[in-house]
Amino acid sequence: MHISNGIIDGPVAAIFAALALAALTLCVLRGRRDLDDRLAPMAGLVAAFIFAVQMLNFPIFTAGVSGHLLGGALAALLVGPWVGALCVAVVLVVQALVFGDGGVAMLGLNITNMALLGTAAAYLLIALLLRVLRRTPAGLAVTAFVSALLSVVVASQGFVLQYWLGGTTDLGGNLAGLAGTMAGVHLLIGIGEGLITATTVVTVAKVRPDLVYALRALKPAAPAPAVPVAGGAR
Amino acid sequence: MGAGHAHVLYRESSSPVHRLAPEVKIAAMVLFTVAVVATPREAYWAFGGYALLVAGVAALARVGPRWLLSRALIELPFVLFAFALPFLGAGERVEVAGLSLSVDGLHGAWNILAKGTLGVLASLLLAATTTTRDLIVGLDRLRCPQVLTQIATFMLRYLDVLVGEARRMRVARVSRGDDPRFLWQLRGFAAGVGALFLRAFERGERVYLAMVSRGYTGRMPAVWQGGGAATAGQWAAAATVPVIAATIAAVALVLT
Repeated sequence: MHISNGIIDGPVAAIFAALALAALTLCVLRGRRDLDDRLAPMAGLVAAFIFAVQMLNFPIFTAGVSGHLLGGALAALLVGPWVGALCVAVVLVVQALVFGDGGVAMLGLNITNMALLGTAAAYLLIALLLRVLRRTPAGLAVTAFVSALLSVVVASQGFVLQYWLGGTTDLGGNLAGLAGTMAGVHLLIGIGEGLITATTVVTVAKVRPDLVYALRALKPAAPAPAVPVAGGAR
Repeated sequence: MGAGHAHVLYRESSSPVHRLAPEVKIAAMVLFTVAVVATPREAYWAFGGYALLVAGVAALARVGPRWLLSRALIELPFVLFAFALPFLGAGERVEVAGLSLSVDGLHGAWNILAKGTLGVLASLLLAATTTTRDLIVGLDRLRCPQVLTQIATFMLRYLDVLVGEARRMRVARVSRGDDPRFLWQLRGFAAGVGALFLRAFERGERVYLAMVSRGYTGRMPAVWQGGGAATAGQWAAAATVPVIAATIAAVALVLT
């Protein structure tokens, strides 16, 4: 999913860099209000978790693309959309600066796809599903699974849009093929992402429901998922 | 942060590049990459020039070519797309060894490989000469918002916590009779991933509260103490790299 230097041309990369910068500025302004003593370590841990998880890369040789877990839904559930987008963006910046994953000049594109599109899509779905579904561990699991799955596919289509706008090589009629490949591959990745997100969030919600941002913020007075285990795991 | 996962790429040395303040290295690296990406792909000589420039900085930083090239393999999954382009591309085609390849696709593949590799080498040089702590101090001095540097600090710090907790949980599983080999580890890991997250959080929270109680307010002491910031001379020295790169890019743009 990381776009490396030279795949998208300069002007389009610059436009998306400006877009990403504007959106991140908004996230910083809104996120600053959210970031209290409880959320600061949580945001760091979510970013570290996403960083570790993104190391698992699945190259798909036949299609010539690679995919990995994104973590946008996990971030949106645990620390909210604003700080969540910042967490994913920080992961991408450090990866680009230090590890060369994804070109530095393509950061705007990568941040738009994975940090902004992914997290935004996930949070909209979470907000919708948490209103519709019952607040049981099962409901939360379904919410996490579906939002993670779809957010990954949405993020992959962001790349297709960018390639259509400024791909450096003309694929002729193959753009639809690229869109199909990306969607198919990321549907599979999304299933894995959905399972990891659902297990993680449900465990956290059972033991420490106060740590799940989505349950705090979207509160229709229903009680949080049952059975808080005393003391937690140590 | 101790010697942990986050320092994997750092090469201890006291070379002139290591001694530069982190903010000038970050700025030089980003500008260099932008110049490389802005270069038209037909200007083959320009990429040779950039490669020489990278080799020069690597020699100055006492980073060996073998270390650099083996680490650069990390980009392989990300440039896979390049290898598919000659087959997917449209337009004029040529026969190479019995395969029908698109000329535009070949150009595209070259474009991605050359620019991608130069970008990866530049970031590896930054990583080899700058500790992660210095990197965050540098980002802070470049006016990166404090929310972001704070998240980045904790991220790098908690990576070690996460790896350590995962190792402890694995030892606990093994000592209770689990015998995980290769893929079978996945099941145990997947079942424990939520618990791993909680354990790491509770450890991380204690670390955070300990930091707050010792006067942490969201910034690294090295930043607000203001020592070690870049001098004008350092900015000028580091600027040579992006200036040369920008000159090459400008000449290439004019010639093609």
